Amino acid sequence: MVIKDTPTGYGLISRWLHWGMALAIFVVFGIGVWMVGLDYQSPYYRLGPDIHRSAGILLLIVLGFRLLWRAFNTKPVGTELTAFERAGSRLVHWSFYVLLAVIMVSGYFISSADGQPVAVFDWFSIPAVTKQQGLADSAGFVHRWLAYGTMALALAHSVAALKHHFSNKDQIMRRMWNGPPTTKKQAS
Amino acid sequence: MKFASFTLAIMTSALALASPSMAENYAFDIKGQHAFIDFRIKHLGYSWLLGRFDKFNGNFSFDDKNPAASKVKVDIDVASLNSNHAERDKHLRGPDFLDVGKFPTATFESTEVKSSGDGKAQIIGQLTLHGVTKPVTIDAERIGGGADPWGGFRQGFTGKTKITLADFGITKDLGPASKEVELTFNLEGVKQ
Repeated sequence: MVIKDTPTGYGLISRWLHWGMALAIFVVFGIGVWMVGLDYQSPYYRLGPDIHRSAGILLLIVLGFRLLWRAFNTKPVGTELTAFERAGSRLVHWSFYVLLAVIMVSGYFISSADGQPVAVFDWFSIPAVTKQQGLADSAGFVHRWLAYGTMALALAHSVAALKHHFSNKDQIMRRMWNGPPTTKKQAS
Repeated sequence: MKFASFTLAIMTSALALASPSMAENYAFDIKGQHAFIDFRIKHLGYSWLLGRFDKFNGNFSFDDKNPAASKVKVDIDVASLNSNHAERDKHLRGPDFLDVGKFPTATFESTEVKSSGDGKAQIIGQLTLHGVTKPVTIDAERIGGGADPWGGFRQGFTGKTKITLADFGITKDLGPASKEVELTFNLEGVKQ
């Protein structure tokens, strides 16, 4: 079992981070879209936002760990990619990191704009760093539109990955799903 | 030059003599913030939720000899709503409630003042909120008035009215106990 990334594929930690965060982000996005349309009498009127806020803060922490993990790992080389594809995928990956960070930080500012802490389940809470009239609205605008943008980018990313897998029939998607090919036979 | 100002002085005093009980104009004391516009609405029928508008302006004319001739106008910056909870305030400013993007200003302009003596009056006027204009009646009371210690002259009032949200096109359902909002005005004006 390969824990760290290698030049030929992603290790266990990176793959779990990738697929786990992707799933969590889709769920949190879905809750976000759903919860803002809830009736006041809905039993989820409070629960929905509670889960959305808590999961968002946890995702921000995980994102920080993911960037650290990435910094301390070798990046799989993409020799099967053209220089244009490599630049494109690099841009998409970094856009995801920046978008996610800004979305989650802006979400934190919506909830803490009046100086109140943001509770993460009943576990811990993040104190507010500022108190500004109107901050909740501007942060909310950023939060909403970047979230839709991220979903559009996720679609592009998925289409590109599926194209590599089914059309180009290369290892690009497999290296994120299966990890690096086991090289034991060749080594021994 | 001298002659002109002298004539003006004569004319002004003549005017003052001619109308001894003319209504005087006052502007809300926004600079010193001796003016408050609060609202309250029942939460589930279990408690009162309180909030206020932080930014507004207005003026009134008042004559204690003839209170029925008084007039008042208020302009409220609806986006300045503050109920001490950022997420709720954001929701209340949004399209579910006040939709401040489309309707940034609420106004009240009096059309008639019915004085009932002892400093009390009913102020009837047009309230524009959420793009809807409807007549409302404010039960008002004069708290006091007179010279202030800094060379000015002030009058202060309190007033209360109740509006039904649906009348102003705000139809988001908050439950049967929360269909009405009480508005309270505590306004001090400085003579202009």
